[in-house]
Amino acid sequence: MELVNLFVRSIFIENMIFAYFLGMCSYLAVSKTVKTAVGLGAAVIFVLLITVPINYLLDTYLLRPGALSWLGEQYADIDLSFLSFIMFIAVIASMVLLVEMVVEKFAPALYGALGIFLPLIAVNCAILGGSLFMQQKDFTGISEAITYGLGSGIGWFLAILAISAIREKIAYSNVPAPLKGLGITFIITGLMALGFMSFMGIKL
Amino acid sequence: MNKDKQLTSEEKEAKKKEMIMFLSSSEEREHFLSKKNRKLLSDPLNDNNPITVQVLGICSALAITVQLEPAIVMAIAVVAVVAFSNFIISLLRNLIPNRIRIIVQLVVVASLVVLVDQILKAYAYDVSKQLSVFVGLIITNCIVMGRLEAFALGNGPYKSFLDGIGNGAGYGLILIIVAFFRELLGSGKLFGFEVLGHRAATVADSTGLYSVGYENNGLMLLSPMALIIVGIIIWVQRARNRKLIEVN
Repeated sequence: MELVNLFVRSIFIENMIFAYFLGMCSYLAVSKTVKTAVGLGAAVIFVLLITVPINYLLDTYLLRPGALSWLGEQYADIDLSFLSFIMFIAVIASMVLLVEMVVEKFAPALYGALGIFLPLIAVNCAILGGSLFMQQKDFTGISEAITYGLGSGIGWFLAILAISAIREKIAYSNVPAPLKGLGITFIITGLMALGFMSFMGIKL
Repeated sequence: MNKDKQLTSEEKEAKKKEMIMFLSSSEEREHFLSKKNRKLLSDPLNDNNPITVQVLGICSALAITVQLEPAIVMAIAVVAVVAFSNFIISLLRNLIPNRIRIIVQLVVVASLVVLVDQILKAYAYDVSKQLSVFVGLIITNCIVMGRLEAFALGNGPYKSFLDGIGNGAGYGLILIIVAFFRELLGSGKLFGFEVLGHRAATVADSTGLYSVGYENNGLMLLSPMALIIVGIIIWVQRARNRKLIEVN
């Protein structure tokens, strides 16, 4: 039950885009058509699902104050948490490279669909944000980390899917010239975020 | 015979001078703040603003604009990270193999951000608590990677440094404008000072604008308003500067 609650919360209430504006760069740049948006969204779910649990293990057994106590008594009071930014980004960058190679080898069709988006993802704020929020939330087990990674990935996917569908339609509308393109996208995203705030009180 | 030899040696001298002129890059002879370099600084503030025109660096920008103080600290942090990472990558630009350049860039940026984070924790602990994960997210702020890819890999260190300062400032400018409106309209304060008067429990006890029944707009404190304010900033900017309007 706790996991379902976390899952729903990470999709709707703590949505990466509408609540924290993470991954906005690729969200704005790649949302012109639904097809590319689906590709990028799927790649984000995939990478978040892999990197959040790995960084969770890294945080629990290496970085957190006292995490090294499994090595022996004398290491118990070492605090390596200042290294977490570098470790997390290194894990993310190398995982993205690795995933890219594995997908290219074993699933060429999927690579064709995701291929160009995978390198973009290494520098997507939503991925690093997922790991950093995971660190802040003090999860008690790896299942929570997996759930959180999957949930926030799906939340990001939903957001980019929705905005790309709206942008496809709005291309034919009569928007004031200075607002065309970027400006109206910002305002629509703001309104969508207002809509998502109505999920705020939901608790399972 | 002798004359011929002299001629050739003179020619050689001339060629040498030409080579030296060619090798010494143009920026060394240029004035430190020549027109071109000033343009590097001023362009990102308006015509080529990283947020409203290049669409970079919105990720970590908006969540921390509820108050002015963290927004300004964030702006300074980003200016420092962009400028120094531009400088370092520009020094290394001929040594980095093309295939792994993203990882090299990430490592350089991440080390700079760790420095910034530690400095903030040491000297401005309260603000660093408010910024929470968003300091770390400077690493993946698209503005940093974008300027590294687009500018530092192809230009000299001094120019890249200026470009970094300019783009960081352009980003900070938008951040500060958004934070100004959100703090002023949302809580009636600037930097925590009650500029619109004091709001007490009843209208009669209040001072300033609140004494005539003014209310704070609580909506401004919620995250969606940051996006809408940026949208309006883009609208105003493009209405004044019509060459930025998109045609699709």
